[in-house]
Amino acid sequence: MSVAAGLAGRNRRVVVAALGFATAMVGLAYASAPLYDLFCRVTGFAGTTQVAVAAPGRVLAREVTVRFDANRDGNLPWKFEPLQVSVTAKLGEEKLVFYRATNLSSRPIVGTATYNVTPDLAGSWFNKIQCFCFTEQLLMPGQSIDMPVTFFVDPDMANDRKYDRVSTITLSYTFFEAKTDRARTLLSNLPASGKPGTGAGVPDPRARDTSKGG
Amino acid sequence: MATGYNAAHDHHDHDHHTPGFWSRWFLSTNHKDIGTLYLIFSAFAGLIGAALSVYMRMELMEPGVQYMGWHQNPGHHWNSVVTAHGLIMVFFLVMPALIGGFGNWFVPIMIGAPDMAFPRMNNISFWLTVAGFVMLVCSVFIGDGVGTGWTIYVPLSSSGSPGPSMDFAIFSLHLAGAGSILGAANFITTIFNMRTPGMTMHRMPLMAWAILVTAFLLLLALPVLAGVITMLLTDRNFGTGFFDPAKGGDPMLFMHLFWFFGHPEVYIMILPAFGIVSQIVSTFSRKPVFGYLGMAYAMVAIGVVGFVVWAHHMYTVGMDVDTRAYFMAATMVIAVPTGVKIFSWVATMWGGSIRFEVPMLWAIGLIFLFTVGGVTGVVLANAGVDIALHNTYYVIAHFHYVLSLGAVFGIFAGFYYWIGKMCGRQYNETLAQIHFWTTFIGVNVTFFPMHFAGLAGMPRHYIDYPDAFAMWNYVSSWGAILGFASTLLWVFIVFHTMFYGRKVGANYWGEGATTIEWQVPSPPAFHTFDELPKIGKPAEHH
Repeated sequence: MSVAAGLAGRNRRVVVAALGFATAMVGLAYASAPLYDLFCRVTGFAGTTQVAVAAPGRVLAREVTVRFDANRDGNLPWKFEPLQVSVTAKLGEEKLVFYRATNLSSRPIVGTATYNVTPDLAGSWFNKIQCFCFTEQLLMPGQSIDMPVTFFVDPDMANDRKYDRVSTITLSYTFFEAKTDRARTLLSNLPASGKPGTGAGVPDPRARDTSKGG
Repeated sequence: MATGYNAAHDHHDHDHHTPGFWSRWFLSTNHKDIGTLYLIFSAFAGLIGAALSVYMRMELMEPGVQYMGWHQNPGHHWNSVVTAHGLIMVFFLVMPALIGGFGNWFVPIMIGAPDMAFPRMNNISFWLTVAGFVMLVCSVFIGDGVGTGWTIYVPLSSSGSPGPSMDFAIFSLHLAGAGSILGAANFITTIFNMRTPGMTMHRMPLMAWAILVTAFLLLLALPVLAGVITMLLTDRNFGTGFFDPAKGGDPMLFMHLFWFFGHPEVYIMILPAFGIVSQIVSTFSRKPVFGYLGMAYAMVAIGVVGFVVWAHHMYTVGMDVDTRAYFMAATMVIAVPTGVKIFSWVATMWGGSIRFEVPMLWAIGLIFLFTVGGVTGVVLANAGVDIALHNTYYVIAHFHYVLSLGAVFGIFAGFYYWIGKMCGRQYNETLAQIHFWTTFIGVNVTFFPMHFAGLAGMPRHYIDYPDAFAMWNYVSSWGAILGFASTLLWVFIVFHTMFYGRKVGANYWGEGATTIEWQVPSPPAFHTFDELPKIGKPAEHH
């Protein structure tokens, strides 16, 4: 009897540990959502760009060509394009470029952009000081805005031979219709006249409002 | 040898303990009965999955759309048949047969345990699997069917698949996964705590080792699948955005999590077959397995390394060169413990007194064909080559060689090895030989030409193809028809064996069959052991 009771106790311990293990793995799957995001930000994995407050001030002679790419989700009725095909930047040099987004629909839409650079391994050296992708963008019907990106390529990239062949970096954005809390807040704060269907208060489509970028 | 235990004393009128039909088969707590239920269920599901594959091969026999044209959207119908075939074969044929079926039947006997540690949990594992299958059937008939492939990548499975089918498929995986996790916990507990005195871990038969490693893989991998499909479910229905960039999510995360589960899953499917092959090769070579410890720890190594190679399924998503180089190297490392197993089987046969009984034919067939699939696996492990071959029929050929010709050969090997033990009657040798050779020829004719079609660039997941691919597709389709005919012959063999098979004694394989299941009558009593068997000399139980 005591042998059987001992076995039952040991069995219970093992199975509780095993099922606890399984539960922990479910938790880990959920935890991986923020962890993967953090991992990409820290390591530049998958071409994730870095965020900097200011350029380092040190400018090297070596140049890279930075090309600009713009995409949008098929469900987003926007036009989205870079205003320059490419720029040449010295390592460490701060550059300002613009993208233009136009809301082609008759309703206010909040967009959010995902981004990365190619080649992937350049992600940890590509620093953005200012970018429209840091936050959601609200465009009124017909509104078009020019959105700035300020960036530099880290001069420390020159210290590692591994990156010697990086001569062209492509910065790519894809806009989606944002469904985040902030997007909902932006839309709900609109004056009633700006809401779809009223027809009034729609900004002149030709007016360009660059102040919204950032 | 089970020296403290006498097979002749086993018939202590156990039969009046046997419950009635309903309680025995629907409320079962007996590991052998649950194993039988798993085997019947997986045979049933496997026949459906095989019929679907013939349906697909008929469609691909000639260019153009012939057999699926009745559907309003034949391309989607094709994709939903592909998905159903994949999910059925993975979750409702291979896993229930190898782990639930043979694992339940023989692991407790082999380690001298009276039953599984938690017999009622064992029962719920089985019925959860059945419920999962019912959900999968619902996904076919309610809504448009799931057209995503078994990998259910987002956004095709989220915004790209409105309607209830996808949700049913998700619930199906939830239920089957929960069943497997409970089963895994049960096996781990049983193997850790309930070995008979003298049966140390390092004296356990390799089948028990295989199931133990598999159980750990299940315990680590399946909860990740459960988590990721739950995220998918809430993304679809409750407004979360784990995988939706519009809500700050990342579709790539889905692929990483899916393959963190998906890659160990392929070892979950093959390791128990490795265990079966080890028993069979040893029995029919009349020798203990060569390099027992190496064999056991090779499986452990495969299991461990199997968790850190997942991204070789996604070389084309745009990983940098260093990441690809790592996953490439790690993937190729798996060939080392796998090679240890292959060569140890060959070394077991070397100098042995080999009998080419039908289970041995299947086992040798597995060793040969799994090696072919392993070689194409090493080819595909190269990131550069994979860019060209990704999602072509070359990949289809590769994973069918390791699964359809690996795991399924393991199932048939186990069936012919143990059917006499399970039902007390032996199969007909001639019919079984015909079954083996027609299957062997059928599956090779089906899958070998797919290498050529894939190298020529034929992509998977399409209902149609250009005329240039016609010849090898035609050959493949005849192979599938032969293979399916052979499977129908197997169904006949099952019934023939049960009703007309020759009755056999405890150890019908004779010398070489040394594990404990050969010390008990065929079929074993409802309660296998009166007293726990004691283990004598070491080195005989390999």
